[in-house]
Amino acid sequence: MILESIRMSLMNIRKNKLRSMLTMLGIVIGVASIIALITIVQGATNNISNEVIKLGGNKIYINVIGTPLKQGLTQNDAEQISSLDNIAGVSPTITGKTTVIYEKNILKDIVIEGKNEVYFRADPDLLSSGRAINILDLESKNQVAIIGSNIVRELFFGINPIGEKIIINGMLYTVVGTLKETTGFSLGSTNDTVIIPYTTALRILGVKNISTLDAYLEDTSMADHTIMEIKGILNQAFNYNEDAYNIYNMGDIIDSFQSIMSMMSMLLGGIAAISLVVGGIGIMNMMLVSITERTTEIGLRKALGATPFAIRLQFIIESIFLSLTGGVIGLIFGVLLAYVLGAIIGVGVSISLSTNLLAVGFSATVGIVFGYMPARKASRLNPIDALRSL
Amino acid sequence: MSGIVNMKNICKSYYLGDEEVKVLKNVNLTVNKGEFISILGPSGSGKTTLMNIIGCLDIPTSGDYILCGNDISELNELELARIRNKEIGFVFQSFFLLPRLTAVQNVELPLVYSNIPQKERRKKAKEMLFRVGLSDKINNLPNQLSGGQQQRVAIARALVTEPSIILADEPTGALDQKTGAGIIEYFEKLNEEGKTIIIITHDINVAGHAHRTVNILDGKLTEGTGLNDP
Repeated sequence: MILESIRMSLMNIRKNKLRSMLTMLGIVIGVASIIALITIVQGATNNISNEVIKLGGNKIYINVIGTPLKQGLTQNDAEQISSLDNIAGVSPTITGKTTVIYEKNILKDIVIEGKNEVYFRADPDLLSSGRAINILDLESKNQVAIIGSNIVRELFFGINPIGEKIIINGMLYTVVGTLKETTGFSLGSTNDTVIIPYTTALRILGVKNISTLDAYLEDTSMADHTIMEIKGILNQAFNYNEDAYNIYNMGDIIDSFQSIMSMMSMLLGGIAAISLVVGGIGIMNMMLVSITERTTEIGLRKALGATPFAIRLQFIIESIFLSLTGGVIGLIFGVLLAYVLGAIIGVGVSISLSTNLLAVGFSATVGIVFGYMPARKASRLNPIDALRSL
Repeated sequence: MSGIVNMKNICKSYYLGDEEVKVLKNVNLTVNKGEFISILGPSGSGKTTLMNIIGCLDIPTSGDYILCGNDISELNELELARIRNKEIGFVFQSFFLLPRLTAVQNVELPLVYSNIPQKERRKKAKEMLFRVGLSDKINNLPNQLSGGQQQRVAIARALVTEPSIILADEPTGALDQKTGAGIIEYFEKLNEEGKTIIIITHDINVAGHAHRTVNILDGKLTEGTGLNDP
């Protein structure tokens, strides 16, 4: 009898092609928008997370405000932190702004960052050409520079910058490397930055203390313990004034960022789900019209011995078929839309099976929920009234 | 209580607003197996209501109705559907064939609801169409058939479940004289084969073909002239 019901439902859908298609459209749009939105948001989340992780999921970021007596960390403080068990290395940053000159090209207010070898070791993809800063540079306070992609373009248009001499704050530096161009959502772009050994920077930028320090963890699960240890060192250095510094665990920041993004995707999915409900009401409306049109048929079927259940089944199957077909078509459109939008925005898109199952399952549920009321109405029709209506 | 249909003091009333309209008043009717009976009455006499009650499409307000040993007042909707499917073959004035189904699919329809497998269904339906002389029209849609042919498809549909009663409501009402006479002849033939037939009609000529006629007027049943002369 189920087979028979399916056959009869299909026949009816075929007979009312245009009407069925328009009704399905509501579900198609609903499912397509759910899939496209969730997929795009997930893609964007992954992209941003990757960027943030690139900045260091295994990184503890120490920012020193200082006290009137002691403005920042000394090299000795940095070495103490570096020697902790769970610390793979520390990378201090000393920042200043100054003028950079190559031959007749002058760039003003360029960000100069003093870094060490750990910074380059933590992310091997940083360099585009040349070499990184090494321990020798730091020990001998060599005057070498690694320059960002915009600086390359503005100072060395058409020239290979490696080995060229530039003047930073009045002193001659050799360019030993160039940085890869950072794109997209990248936080902390280094395209306009010149990096020099931090020991050199301490000397030439007129800064005596280290104000920011990145500590790289060996084991991120031990992060909390290591932070306690770092606090111990900093408390000694700043005479137990906890306002003198801030410690951020990048892992925590990534976690909270990801939870915000997953909330976003649920919110957007929820909004799209509303359109699916609207589509469901469309189906219900069409089913009700169809029942009114087919009153005689329902009456006849009842006279021939159709049970209320058989009548209900026929209409529910019709409604499920409409919504499920709409769901599958919507799935296809949604995936296509996600890829197109992803390509336009520049977000990597990955279609997750769970999202697809969710959308298709949801559309089938819509079919059952919104088909039930009309189907029940049909099954309760009095056969006499139904036969008389002709 | 030997008959297939046993009706005792059947009353049926409707409410039009606050006013009670008594459509059937203390109807007593017994139909025995193998009988060919006509229920004759003008429109508004309550004959359609009586047919609906006989056909278990409606239940009486009061009175006892035993159909093939089943007390109708005790059955729920599901059981009524089963009884209609098994015991009653309906033939309607306007045929009520489903327009999108072929002749054989229309005949199969009641078998669908008695859960008979597709193959057997098709076989029985074909046999039945052969018996009503339409074996060459099996795959025709109703609109490709004449009125008489459509009514014969409807009769095949009524017969296919081998019901206890064929219940025909103005079966010739939508047909011309000659075709109508053919259909009535066919009912006579079925009766000779042992089928129990009840025809509801306002046409005295049609009623005359039955072996027994009961008259219905203003909801009251009176026994007619008894045995009609063939």
